[in-house]
Amino acid sequence: MLARLSNYLYRHPTVLLLMLLGPPLLYMLGFYVAPLAVLLVNSFYRLDDFTGQVVREVSLQQYATLLQGANLDIFGRTALMAFVVTLACVVLAFPLAYYIARHAGPRTKAALYLSVLLPLWSSYLVKVYAWKLLLSQEGIVNWVFEKLGLQGVLTALLAVPGIGGPSLSISNIGIFIAFVYTWLPYMILPMQAALERVPNSLLEASGDLGARPAETFRTVTLPLIIPGVVAGSIFTFSLTLGDFVIPAILGNSSFYIGQAVLTFQGSSGNVPLAAAFTVVPIVIMILYLIGAKRVGAFDAL
Amino acid sequence: MSAPATSTAVRFQTVSRRFGAGEALVRAVDEVSFDIFDGEFFTMLGPSGSGKTTCLRMVAGFDQPTSGTIFLHGHDVSQLPPYERDVNTVFQDYALFPHMTVGENVGYGLMIKRVARAEREQRIKEALELVQLVGLDKRRPSQLSGGQRQRVALARALINRPRVLLLDEPLGALDLKLRQQVQVELKAIQRRLGITFVYVTHDQEEALTMSDRIAVFNRGRIEQIGPPEELYEQPATAFVAGFIGVSNLLSGEAAQAVSGSTHTITIRPEKISLSAPSIVPSANDAHISTRGRVADKIYLGMYSRYVVALDHGGELTVVEQNRGSGAPMPHPVFKPGDEVALTWSREHMREVL
Amino acid sequence: MSKSLPILRAAAGMTLAFLFLPLVIILLYAFNTEEAAFTFPPPGLTLQWFGVALQRQDFWNAFGLSLRVAAIATAAALVLGTLAAAAVYRFNFFGKETISFLLLLPIALPGIVSGIALRASLGLADIPFSFWTIVIGHATFCVVTVYNNVLARFRRLSRSQIEASMDLGANGIQTFRYIILPELATALLAGGMLAFALSFDEIIVTTFTAGQEQTLPIWMFSQLTRPRQRPVTNVVAFLVILLTALPILWAHRLTQKSNES
Repeated sequence: MLARLSNYLYRHPTVLLLMLLGPPLLYMLGFYVAPLAVLLVNSFYRLDDFTGQVVREVSLQQYATLLQGANLDIFGRTALMAFVVTLACVVLAFPLAYYIARHAGPRTKAALYLSVLLPLWSSYLVKVYAWKLLLSQEGIVNWVFEKLGLQGVLTALLAVPGIGGPSLSISNIGIFIAFVYTWLPYMILPMQAALERVPNSLLEASGDLGARPAETFRTVTLPLIIPGVVAGSIFTFSLTLGDFVIPAILGNSSFYIGQAVLTFQGSSGNVPLAAAFTVVPIVIMILYLIGAKRVGAFDAL
Repeated sequence: MSAPATSTAVRFQTVSRRFGAGEALVRAVDEVSFDIFDGEFFTMLGPSGSGKTTCLRMVAGFDQPTSGTIFLHGHDVSQLPPYERDVNTVFQDYALFPHMTVGENVGYGLMIKRVARAEREQRIKEALELVQLVGLDKRRPSQLSGGQRQRVALARALINRPRVLLLDEPLGALDLKLRQQVQVELKAIQRRLGITFVYVTHDQEEALTMSDRIAVFNRGRIEQIGPPEELYEQPATAFVAGFIGVSNLLSGEAAQAVSGSTHTITIRPEKISLSAPSIVPSANDAHISTRGRVADKIYLGMYSRYVVALDHGGELTVVEQNRGSGAPMPHPVFKPGDEVALTWSREHMREVL
Repeated sequence: MSKSLPILRAAAGMTLAFLFLPLVIILLYAFNTEEAAFTFPPPGLTLQWFGVALQRQDFWNAFGLSLRVAAIATAAALVLGTLAAAAVYRFNFFGKETISFLLLLPIALPGIVSGIALRASLGLADIPFSFWTIVIGHATFCVVTVYNNVLARFRRLSRSQIEASMDLGANGIQTFRYIILPELATALLAGGMLAFALSFDEIIVTTFTAGQEQTLPIWMFSQLTRPRQRPVTNVVAFLVILLTALPILWAHRLTQKSNES
C-alpha cells in the first residue's frame, strides 16, 4: 500500500515529478494557456454583418478595425491613464515606503505594514463605491472645497474638457483618483521591500566617500530600488489597462479598454472584436513584463 | 585492544562516486576498497573535499555509488533506500525536528516502527540516561544549548539499536573543552554498547584520541588505514606524515646528506635531539647526526618548538620538553642563531612515497 | 539618512490618511439615517439599515455563493499550489523558471484577459456558465499565492531534517506526513487565506464567467445603480470590510510568527 508506493516513487523520481507537476501544469495549460490561444485565434475571425454569427475564416479584419479613430481613442485613453496612474502611485507611495523601510522602529513598522495591508485587502468594490460617495456633489470632497471657499477652483477644473465632467464622481479626474487609491498598496509594498534591502553599509560607504545625501540617493539608492518600483508598476499598469469597473462607476460615456471588451462580447456578441481588443493589452503587458524581467523586477516580487 | 579480525560490518568494494562529465568530471570518491569490522571505532580522516563525507553518506544511503558495491553485514545495499538500512546517522547540524519535543525527537524512529507506547517511553528514558539528558524530554530543541542538542541527536540515533552508527563531524560546533569532554564520553559509549562507530572528521587529534583504526583520505582515495600509532609512527606517504602530527620532510640533496639516498624521508619532531655542536653523539649505524642553525624558537608552555635550518639544505622542526634547568636530565636551551647538532635514531626515520 | 525628517513624516502621514479615509467614510455611512445616503455630514446615526440588509434574500444568496466559490477555489489552489511548489523545490527540470512565470500570468495580465479567454473557450466548447465556471476562473489566479508561500517555506526547510527522518526509518510518504507537512502548515494557512480573500473580492474575471449567477461583488456592482438601495449597500460594504480584513490580519500574523522562529 503506501509503503510500496513510497518505495516505487523513491526508485523512480521521474514518476514522482510527473505526479507533482502534472496536475498544476495541466490545469494552467488547460484553463489559462489554451483559452488564451483560443482568444488569439478568435481575433483573426470576423463577425458576419448580416447574420451576426462568427465567421471562422482567418482575416485581419479585426485588427484593421482596431486602427479606426474611435478605437484608437480608447487605447490611447486607457494607456495614458495607466501611465499617469503609475506615475502618481510611485510619487505617493514613496514617502510612506521610505519611512516604513528606513525610519520606523520595529513595532511601528509592523503596525504600518499592517495598515497598508488592510486597505489592500478590503473589498475592491467597496473602495470604488466609497470614492463614488466621497466625490459626489453632496459628498465630503465638495463639502471641504465649499468650506474653504474654493468652489470656483473645482468648477473650473471640472470644466476642462478631457478630464472634467458634470461632477467629480463622473469624470476622468474621479477615475484617476480611484485608480490611484486602489492600486497604491500594490506599489507601496514592493517599494518598501526594495528600500529595506538596500544595506545601510552601502549608504554609509557612500557618505564616507564624500557624497552628500541627495547624491547618495540618486546614485546609490535609486538604482537599487528600481527593480522593486518596476515590480509594483507591473500591477498598477496591468490593473488599470484591463479594468472596467472604475470607469463604469465613475466615468461618463467614453470607454476604456475593459468596458469596450465587455460590451463587444456581451451585447453585440462580437467576440472576434473583443478578442482583438484584448490582444492589445496582452501585447503591451508582455512587452512590459519582458522589460521588467530584464530590470530584475521578478526577484522583487 | 581488539580481538583478531571479527566479522565485517561495512565493506567498500571498488566504490567510486563521480560528478559531472568530460572536463568537469569530479572524482569525489575514486575506486575505494576497505573493510570496517564489527565493534570497532573507525574514523575517516581527511581535509574537506577528500571524499570521506561522501563515503559516509553512501553508507547511510543518501548518495549512491557511480560504480562499485557497498556491503552491510554481507548484504549488497547499493539499491536500498536509507530507511531500509540498519544504520543510523548523527548529523553535523544535529537535524533535530523543531516542531517536536526532545522526547518525541528521540522516539521518532520507534514511532515509525510502531513500537508500543509503553516500551517506547521506557526506551526513550534509557536513551536520555545514556547521554545524560534525564528530565529534558518535554523541552523543545530551540530551548537547548548546542551541546545538549548534540546529545539528543546521539540519543535519537542510538535508541534504534543500529548495528552501525555513522557520525558526520558531530563535534564541529562545540568549543574545545566541551569537545574534548564529549570525545571521551563518545568513546566510552561505544565501548559499552559494542556498536560499530564510523566517524568522519578533519581533526587529526580527534581521530587519534578516539579511534581503533583510522583511514586517511586524500582527493577521493585512501592513503593509509591503520591504528593511530601505526599512522603516526610509520606514515606510508608524505601526505599522511603531514596530515597527522607535524611532519618533517627532506628530499633530494638534503635527504642525501643524512640518509645517503635522494628518496624523501620523514622524521617526527619529538624524535630528534638537539645538542651543542661540540657534543656529537657516537657516530654509529643506529644514529644519524647532522648540523644546523636555529632559525626560530616558539615557546609553547609544555614544550618548545625549534625550526632548524640544516647546513646541507632543508629544514627540520624539533620539539623539546621544557624540563627546566634544575631537572634531573636537563637539555640545553637554544636561541635563534645558535649552532646545533641534531641526532636521531635511524629506525625513527622513514622513507615515504 | 538625513532627508528632512518632518517633511518625510508629514508626507508619509498624508499618504496613510489617504489610504484610510474612504474606509472610515464607509464605516460612518453604514450608520447613516438618511436614505439617499450621499450627503456629508450625515444627518444622524442608526442601526436600522443593518436590520434591513440582513433580511435581503438576494444579498444572502450572493454572499453564500461567494463563500462557496471562494472555499472551493481555495481548496483547489492549495492542492495545485503545493504540488507545483514541491515539484519546483525538489527537482531540476527543463523549463523550471517558466513554471513560476506561468503561475504568475493570471495576476500579472489584466483580468479581462483571463475573463474573455475563458468565456470564448467555454462558448466554443458549448459549456454553459455555472458555479463551476466561476470556480475554474478563480482557481487560476489563486494558485500563485499558495505557490509562493509554500515554495518560500520549502526553501527554509533544512535538507538534513528530511535525511534524518529517512535515516530513522521513515519512507518518503511518512516523512512528508510527520516532518514536512507540519512545517508547511502555517504557509498553507497563510496562502490559503490570501487565496480566499482574492476570490471573495474578485469581480472582473467573474463577470465573464458567471452567467446568471451573482457573487457578492457582482451583486454590489448591480446595487450601485440603484440609489434607493444605497443604505443597504453601505451596510454590506461595511460587513465585507470586516470579513476580508480579519483573515488577512491573521494570515499576516502567521507568516510573521514563523519567520521569527
